[in-house]
Amino acid sequence: MTAAPPEGGPGVVRRNAVTLGFLAPALFVLGLWIVYPTVYTIARSFYGQQGFGDFVGIDNYKAIFTTSILTTAIKNSAIWILVAPAIVTAIGLVFAVLTERIRWAVAFKTVVFMPMAISLFATGVIWHVMYIKDPSQGAVNAGIGAVKSWFEPAGALSSASPSTAALTGSPSTGYVLHKPVAAGGVAELGLTAIPPVDVPGGAKQVAVPTPKQGAITGIVWRDFKPGGGVVGKPEQGELGLPGVKVNLIDSSGKKVQSATTADDGSFTFDGVKGSGYRTGIAAATFAKPFGGVSWLGSKLITPAIIIAYIWVWAGFAMVVIGAGLAAISREVLEAARTDGATEWQVFRRITVPMLAPVLSVVFITMLINVLKVFDIVISIAPGSTQSDAAVIAVQMWRQSFGGVNDFGLGSAIAVFLFVLVVPVLLLNVRRFRREV
Amino acid sequence: MKRNQWVGIAALVAVLAVAAGCGASKNASKTSATSGVKGAQKTTAVSGKISIVGVWSGDEQKSFQAVLNGFKAKYPNVKVSYKSTGDNTPTVLSTSVQGGNPPDLASVSQPGLVDDFQKKGALKPLDFARGTLNANYPAGIVKIGEIKGHIYGLLIKGANKSTVWYNVAAFKNAGIKAPTTWAQFLAAAKTLKASGTPAYSIGGADGWTLTDLFENIYLRQAGPAKYDALSTHKIKWTDASVKKALKTMAAVVGDTSNIAGGTAGALQTDFPTSVSNVFSTSPKAAQVIEGDFVPGVVASSNKLKPVSGYNVFPFPTIGNTKNYVEGGGDELMMFRDTPATRALVQYLATGKAQSIWAKRGGYTAPAKTVPASAYPDAITRATATAVGKAKVFKFDLSDLQPASFGATVGQGEFKIFQDFLRNPKNVNGIASSLEKAAAKAYKSGK
Repeated sequence: MTAAPPEGGPGVVRRNAVTLGFLAPALFVLGLWIVYPTVYTIARSFYGQQGFGDFVGIDNYKAIFTTSILTTAIKNSAIWILVAPAIVTAIGLVFAVLTERIRWAVAFKTVVFMPMAISLFATGVIWHVMYIKDPSQGAVNAGIGAVKSWFEPAGALSSASPSTAALTGSPSTGYVLHKPVAAGGVAELGLTAIPPVDVPGGAKQVAVPTPKQGAITGIVWRDFKPGGGVVGKPEQGELGLPGVKVNLIDSSGKKVQSATTADDGSFTFDGVKGSGYRTGIAAATFAKPFGGVSWLGSKLITPAIIIAYIWVWAGFAMVVIGAGLAAISREVLEAARTDGATEWQVFRRITVPMLAPVLSVVFITMLINVLKVFDIVISIAPGSTQSDAAVIAVQMWRQSFGGVNDFGLGSAIAVFLFVLVVPVLLLNVRRFRREV
Repeated sequence: MKRNQWVGIAALVAVLAVAAGCGASKNASKTSATSGVKGAQKTTAVSGKISIVGVWSGDEQKSFQAVLNGFKAKYPNVKVSYKSTGDNTPTVLSTSVQGGNPPDLASVSQPGLVDDFQKKGALKPLDFARGTLNANYPAGIVKIGEIKGHIYGLLIKGANKSTVWYNVAAFKNAGIKAPTTWAQFLAAAKTLKASGTPAYSIGGADGWTLTDLFENIYLRQAGPAKYDALSTHKIKWTDASVKKALKTMAAVVGDTSNIAGGTAGALQTDFPTSVSNVFSTSPKAAQVIEGDFVPGVVASSNKLKPVSGYNVFPFPTIGNTKNYVEGGGDELMMFRDTPATRALVQYLATGKAQSIWAKRGGYTAPAKTVPASAYPDAITRATATAVGKAKVFKFDLSDLQPASFGATVGQGEFKIFQDFLRNPKNVNGIASSLEKAAAKAYKSGK
């Protein structure tokens, strides 16, 4: 430390000039890229779409809280803030502690950290494809579908439906001929909407069986020929459906017999007496293949995006927390173990408290990150659920650049977002001060 | 060692420079050769530099460059540089206009933008080209770019959105022919469903596919006068004609079991997927209702051949509406008025310039002076000449709206029509939310 120079001497002026000279570049950069845009944005937020000259007062701010797509964005941002940082930190902590104990720690860490190497936008594109509803395209639904088809295999005629109202029921209960059949009667079960590829091989021209004494006969057929044909009538050019299991149900609702159709779609129930029988096809034939979960639909879209986000950031949290973990003095842990603490107690009472500063760094970093989350939302949500998935930063862009061209409203959203970030920033600045 | 390294680098640089020089001189000689062959009269009096920003990229950019080369042959002293900004064009333009440094010319797909920029005073009128336009364009198409009697937008690339594309094998399976009236269209859809192939593939994740369907129905059902009135919000969206068109539209979007993937699937299907759903060997649906740009997507997704594999029919008539075309396209706007930009605008408006692009494919010329023989194949000829032949040609209605209502993902028309796809019974609710959103957009956009 040098002694203070005399007040007001020429040295002071010179020193101030030198100080200013050194500060000038930094001030210039700060002014140009931080102060000027901030002031401009705040000023712009009080003007309407047509630019300065279109003064609207606080209307833009009112719009933020009254327009439904913007309130949805605020709600979604709140969900993000409440859920994402906490889960990322928790998963990071668990991974960090676990990797200390497993054999292939480096490999595991590399794999978990790898998503960090991809841009968030690319991540979004990848997850968008994985989330597609159609199980033949989306990996997530393909996985679920594969498991599900073990337990509930799809039926042979999954897309079929009755050709007329004579058959009642639904794909989940099966279809039954509405009109009871008596012994000696013929049951005609017409199905439609069967794609050519689903018609079983070996199917032959449908033939209406002749009534038989003491039996119920019938047919199951594809009630369609090119051009449509007459609905409900077996015609030349329409195929019988072989291999379909048909049930005979008596008047009390009990299943008495079942039969399988022949190549021309015919079936016979022998040894039938009396009347009041129903013929029907069981639900298993119509069981739909797994149609896929609507991950990208309006209900699941935000959780789906948060999952993708966690996938990316868990690695970052793990590495930072892992570094903190390495810095904890081993003696304390050993001492606790020697004193008879269980592993859970060591984790709960020693590791976590000692890690608290690192955990708060990760948590606050994620908090700021989540407030400005943008690209992953844009790239995962399809057009139809963009408004259901939007967060504040997305709407800030959408209202100013993304088509609307209302820079006034966009600026107002930017200012609002800035106000939200300020408390977190202050927290961070205070923490920095404490550390220094 | 160190010195040798430098020598090596210097040599490498020299080699690269020579190679680059060769490339450049080759290109130059090629251009001059073509201009010589064409024998176009050269005009050296006009000179300068022109910057154009536009939506065309990839093949379209190459084709446009070919058109520009034709200009270069005529005006060797004008240097034209085209930059593709793709889907970001509105953003790029509005930012550069806000910043006071727009390009000389720009092409955009949204006439709403032409209005916006005209109101901001950023555009120069194109009235000087009226003579060329009268000679080359149908009057109805010139009118599209007029604001208060002055031309500010010039349709340079047309699009026919009144087309339905179908899988030929699926139609054959169902034993049906291409329908011409709306009633036949719905009957065909029923037959398709019975044949086991859903009739419709709807790209509902992109809201504009739904607005296009609505507009085609509305133009035919309510007529051109109402269409014009609705496009400038002179009648409300709660008008009985709108509700009637919505009810007609519900016959398609409400036929859930006849849509590939059902309603939920359609809402997540983007436009390219909606096309590939139809044009594959085991199609998920038989037809897709969209404009003349569908074949571009077909070509990139599979091996079906035009005419034998896929084909097209005009959007079915509702009442006596033969040769009604709802279309779209890219409009040219001028931000700087110089002799060079004037010359280029005049040139681009001629049938001669547009024939260059027509020959290369993927293009519908708005100029009626482009001969049918200029188009490379039967399908393009059918869809493209329909624009020149149209009895009524109307620009895509949603594109004529303020962008916040008609052209923004996740809000306005796009979102509300997606809500309509979700619940096609809610005709009154949809009409009133359309009106609410439109009123708001017109209020803030005025």
